[in-house]
Amino acid sequence: MRLIPTASQTAGPFFRFGLDHPEWSDLTAGGRAQGERIRVEGRVLDGDRAPVPDALLEIWQANAAGRYAHPEDRQEKPLDPDFRGFGRCASDKDGRYRFVTVKPGSVPGRGNTLQAPHINFCIFARGLLKQVTTRMYFPGETLNKSDPVVSLVEDAERRNTLIGQAAGQDGATKLYRFDIVLQGAGETVFFDV
Amino acid sequence: MTDIVDYQRPRPGEQPPYLHPDYKSTVKRAPTQKLVRIEHTLSEVTGPSFADGWTGPDKADLTRQGKGEPIGSRMIVAGRVLDEQGRAVAGTLVELWQANAAGRYQHEMDQHDAPLDPNFTGAGHVVTNDQGEYQFVTLVPGAYPWRNTPNAWRAQHLHFSVFGPAFATRIITQMFFPGDPLLEYDPIFHSIADEAARDRLVSRYDPGLSVAEWALGYRFDIVLRGRAATPTGL
Repeated sequence: MRLIPTASQTAGPFFRFGLDHPEWSDLTAGGRAQGERIRVEGRVLDGDRAPVPDALLEIWQANAAGRYAHPEDRQEKPLDPDFRGFGRCASDKDGRYRFVTVKPGSVPGRGNTLQAPHINFCIFARGLLKQVTTRMYFPGETLNKSDPVVSLVEDAERRNTLIGQAAGQDGATKLYRFDIVLQGAGETVFFDV
Repeated sequence: MTDIVDYQRPRPGEQPPYLHPDYKSTVKRAPTQKLVRIEHTLSEVTGPSFADGWTGPDKADLTRQGKGEPIGSRMIVAGRVLDEQGRAVAGTLVELWQANAAGRYQHEMDQHDAPLDPNFTGAGHVVTNDQGEYQFVTLVPGAYPWRNTPNAWRAQHLHFSVFGPAFATRIITQMFFPGDPLLEYDPIFHSIADEAARDRLVSRYDPGLSVAEWALGYRFDIVLRGRAATPTGL
């Protein structure tokens, strides 16, 4: 017997009082998480390149050693008690979001492949009947070229939408810029997961 | 080498499309390029855990968040979080948010000419128990107008956010009420082509859940994607 799965519906414009916990945008437990501290920031834009001020972004990532804090990740890599790997941030009136986290290590792909370091994103918003899902990879990583998921995207220009841009440093924190374009020119690659 | 068991894919019509022109906000926000389908990896079959209580104590009673009683019909909404095979999803976060009894949200952008209720925020969260069960006490939300088309009204609904065991099971949805005449006209509800899948979003009045002289009871189960029977490649 199979139960029909529950269908997705839009989060609508009025989720903030229910879902927004600003402290969830810092994944480092106040700086205690191990690894290279980074900040990922950008904007969510619509088909007119107008900012999306009512988006909810969630990220999920491995720790600095490349292990997910989840029972199905049985790799012999250390877990970090100060790193859960989950973050949430609501966009502001200019469509901006910001996460403070650590750079993830690489994790295995299917078969004998290795995935380049990446952060999994999903975005909810008014006008999105279900979330869009994408990944941010890091610029200049040798593994990007052989990453089994990046390689599924045939067009080089589209592949580039999955790579964050180095945007300098703030003290010891490395900054990356990652815009998410929902539609049209420069549309971000979204995955059917 | 890792053996990954994929989560199952929805069948046609069971999930809404991105572009559904009757819901105007999809027109500028729906992706137009074909989605890139990926076989699941560790990144998709893992996801955040909530069983250890890091989200804090449950907020299961939305009628006791203010100094006094909020105004409206008290209701209990309860159900189970299950997978497609009917197995309980324990220890997962269920978040609820909604309009008040007058059909107004506690949100600065909601300018509907209906009163805010100083004793009702409309937000709660619980973690499911070992049987996958959740329960909230709240108020029946009011219907409210929206500007999708002239004189359009949203059917009464509760918003639910559920994680499940994996990044691939994450879902935000809405619960509707049986017999609501607005359902027929609601383009968000009708973005789901399959009638049985739409019916899954309509709660059931449950006299056994109602509490005499106190609250109405509505039952709403949430079914997350299940997994294929055996690991791929075995």
